[in-house]
Amino acid sequence: MKFLFESDTWQEIYESIRKNKLRTMVTIIGVTWGIFLLVTLLGSAKGMENSFNRMFGNMATNTVFIWGQRTSMPFKGFQENRKIRIKLSDIEKIKNEIDGVNFVVPRHDRIGTLTRNFESADFTIFGDYPELNDVQKKNLSYGRFINQKDIHEKRKVVVISEEIYKQLFQKGVDAVGENLLINNINFRVIGVFKSGKFDDENSVHIPFSTFQQTYNTGDSVGWLMITGSPDKDINQIEADAKLLLKNLGSVNPKDPRAFGGFNLGKEYIKITGFLKGMQFLTWFVGIATLIAGVFAIGNILLITVTERTKEIGIRRALGATPIMIKRQVIMEALSLSLIAGVLGIISGGLVLIFIDKKYGQGDDAALVNPSVSISIVIIAVLMLAVLGTLIGLIPANRATRIKPIEALSDE
Amino acid sequence: MIKIENLHKSYPVGKDFLHVLKGLNLTIKEGEFISIMGASGSGKSTLLNILGLLDEHDRGKYSLNQEEIKELNEKKAAILRNKFLGFIFQSFNLISYKTALENVALPLYYKGIKKKERQQLALEYLEKVGLKDWATHLPNELSGGQKQRVAIARALVTKPKVILADEPTGALDSTTTESVMDILKGIHAEGMTIVVITHEEDIAKQTDRLVRLKDGIIVSDELMHNKTKS
Repeated sequence: MKFLFESDTWQEIYESIRKNKLRTMVTIIGVTWGIFLLVTLLGSAKGMENSFNRMFGNMATNTVFIWGQRTSMPFKGFQENRKIRIKLSDIEKIKNEIDGVNFVVPRHDRIGTLTRNFESADFTIFGDYPELNDVQKKNLSYGRFINQKDIHEKRKVVVISEEIYKQLFQKGVDAVGENLLINNINFRVIGVFKSGKFDDENSVHIPFSTFQQTYNTGDSVGWLMITGSPDKDINQIEADAKLLLKNLGSVNPKDPRAFGGFNLGKEYIKITGFLKGMQFLTWFVGIATLIAGVFAIGNILLITVTERTKEIGIRRALGATPIMIKRQVIMEALSLSLIAGVLGIISGGLVLIFIDKKYGQGDDAALVNPSVSISIVIIAVLMLAVLGTLIGLIPANRATRIKPIEALSDE
Repeated sequence: MIKIENLHKSYPVGKDFLHVLKGLNLTIKEGEFISIMGASGSGKSTLLNILGLLDEHDRGKYSLNQEEIKELNEKKAAILRNKFLGFIFQSFNLISYKTALENVALPLYYKGIKKKERQQLALEYLEKVGLKDWATHLPNELSGGQKQRVAIARALVTKPKVILADEPTGALDSTTTESVMDILKGIHAEGMTIVVITHEEDIAKQTDRLVRLKDGIIVSDELMHNKTKS
């Protein structure tokens, strides 16, 4: 293996590759293309994954939303079409009796009119607990979110979105501490949040208790956000919670309409499953192309070995032993594979940079930071090295079978 | 230097065997300048291939530099070729993508000589054949005569014991033929053993000894007395 570290060995290969540029180019095009595809596709898939992750970023994904609707079956003396409301007291029971529930966050919402000075507009008013932050993290640009004290004292405080801030406030004015009217009741702004995919830009949050008082909702709840621990099946939690709520509200357990729900966890699994499928497909296509490319290298080397019969014959006549010839052909295959790989990685990287510049900028970009990890690149290169060496054995054996006497005959 | 006794060689042709060399006996001493002549099919190329360790004989004995050649494997043959023999071919057989210098240096690479020394030696031998200024040129930028001179430099660079030249002037015109022969004579004058295969009477006459081959048998072996001529 000493020859690997001798500059002469590499010099000879470098010469052979450099002096036959066209041959080299034709040879490596398959592998370059394969690696290029692998890098670009994997990078794009990663970009898409990043984009989804950013979308879900502030959201506990193992979450289901449940709200009360109207019954569709009579039960225990109640007639059908009865309006069902979830009660605050149900929350503790869900927490206690259903396995694997991390958070149960009750919420309310109404449309309300916000007024400041002479500006006014309609927005969605949410009544919230501080726990909302655990399930759906608020990205606050100024001030703070609702806290326990706000709930306890039923303070008239409000957290507004940046968009609402822009509509109601002069540029440069510090909104925190300022007052505005919600349905003609005075509220003090305590925070400004940056809206993401899961919270409406036209929404404000007030303490749940303040909401109860203002809208006189009693102990009813608009809807629940139930988050399971990451290892728990959210579909099971949804079914269990609904059954429990039906039980508590004297609803026929078979009633399909009494409670509505939106299972975010299920949707999330669908998307991540799609992403995984895409990644698998990318690997499959990339590796298949790579193998095809390496075979192309072997094939072309095989052809060139025949074409180079004379050269090999001359080398043999000048004292090259069969092993030296074999070594050179294998090393050429290996070098070509690696050069092709590196070219593919570089061009793939450049395309990813281009994609990032073109499609990866801004908050709602389809591809966020499309990239390929170093370990994947190293694995790909190692694989190429192994495949290149193996495939090089075929033309190398052919080369050593060439007898100098046959190669050198002029006929 | 070279001693062959009762050398036989035949090639399979279809079901039959073509008996090419039929018991040759020949001794070539160190420093001889010998030509082997014969019509095509006389077996002269076969003889050269055997002498050059490019082919194996069937029967008889072949000793090169007091060493009997038998049971050669490819590796051993390659090493012996590199060590003892220098080849000059009719069609030059330079590697087309290597410069004159690189072509001359190639046998030294297989000998395992360091690059710097290789370059220096190769340049020295190019100078000897008068092509120092052409060192960086590719073969297709050289004339036929120049190519053959590069090939001669390449044959000499390993300081072999014997130079084997197969129709060295076969592809050259008369003036370049003369210059190539002059170089060969010059090498001979320095003590090199040279074996030339040719079918040209003019070339053979310029050597010291002429062996005629016909149908695989040596028909004449005469010393030429033309040393004063050159």
